[in-house]
Amino acid sequence: MIIKVLGSGCANCQKLEALANKAVAELGLDAQILKVTDYPEIMAYGVMSTPALVIDEKLVLAGRVPSYDEVVTLLKRSAQ
Amino acid sequence: MDPFYPLQLLADWLTYSVFGLDKASRLGLSVDFFLFDVPKVLILLAVVIFFVAIIRSFFSPEKTRKFLSHSKLYGGNIAAALLGIVTPFCSCSAVPLFIGFVESGVPLGVTFSFLVASPMINEIAIILLFGLFGWKITALYIVSGLVIAITSGIIIGKLGLESWVEEYVYQIRMGDGGELAEQTWPEKLTYARDYVGEIVGKVWPYVVVGIGIGAVMHGYIPNDFLVKYAGPGNPFAVPIAVLVGVPLYSNAAGVIPLVSVLVEKGMAMGTVLAFMMAVVGLSLPEAIILRKVLKPRLIAVYFGINAVGIMAIGYLFNAVLR
Repeated sequence: MIIKVLGSGCANCQKLEALANKAVAELGLDAQILKVTDYPEIMAYGVMSTPALVIDEKLVLAGRVPSYDEVVTLLKRSAQ
Repeated sequence: MDPFYPLQLLADWLTYSVFGLDKASRLGLSVDFFLFDVPKVLILLAVVIFFVAIIRSFFSPEKTRKFLSHSKLYGGNIAAALLGIVTPFCSCSAVPLFIGFVESGVPLGVTFSFLVASPMINEIAIILLFGLFGWKITALYIVSGLVIAITSGIIIGKLGLESWVEEYVYQIRMGDGGELAEQTWPEKLTYARDYVGEIVGKVWPYVVVGIGIGAVMHGYIPNDFLVKYAGPGNPFAVPIAVLVGVPLYSNAAGVIPLVSVLVEKGMAMGTVLAFMMAVVGLSLPEAIILRKVLKPRLIAVYFGINAVGIMAIGYLFNAVLR
């Protein structure tokens, strides 16, 4: 599984990245977390508001920092 | 009845019975003011931020962009300014938002109406103005903010400054992210609750410091003390208020309780409104972020038109609100 955190490095993007790291560790997923900070690349996912989360090239969340539980739900849904 | 009356009773009881301060003393007045205003402002913030988070969950920059693409001058500017109030957007997303708008055919002037309205008509400012000054001043503030956002967007649109945007912006093509799953109600509520915690957790020190300074002034500085310096008679008060407001960006929560005391001491209302708008609407960090997509000339025009508009509002209300 490849997880991408989209955002220009703002505080909220770092929070989302930390949540994703924690959720991956807790669920024991075999996943790689990448940061995408380049604007053209961010926009290629159709995202205008950061932070955003892309799992296996599918956009699942944009424009807010979700709760930890929501990240877990999103990861579980994509892992199936 | 004033819903905050029980808080006033509590503050009075603590100040005069528990601490045993004299009702006529300056220290008593200051302490009472502080003990009443801090819980009142924090409760107002928590309640309204919760509902703002729920309302905003129905909007997104992506939907707003779709709605505004291919909109026209005037009508588009009005819609953009109104959507700027409710669309969730933080200045750290200013660059992707700007590129996304331009790419989908939102006219430059309409994009600017959105960019001006979004920070200027700020939910924290609205709540605090309402709580401390009442609905008339709050309504004036919102209408003035909309007028500035709409007219500055129209001016930028009329000037045809498309070439003052960095060229690479026009080459970026946006992908289609597909439809995101709508948040469920439990998710919306959890998000709103967490958002209240995050915002109140971040701004409470500013609120306490702002009210603390205000409380000291409330007790120790005579009323009408500021009339001479910041009253309607001083023509320099408005530009000075705007200049002072710029570096205070994003500290609306600490600034407004302080401002309510400045009014009590004689600062003119137009000057107060201009100051507030400068605090939330003229943001140096946002200007620096926007440098990635705008040439310096266009940033200067954007800032200049905004500053002039804010000062015009200040002078207008100083003349009208006597």
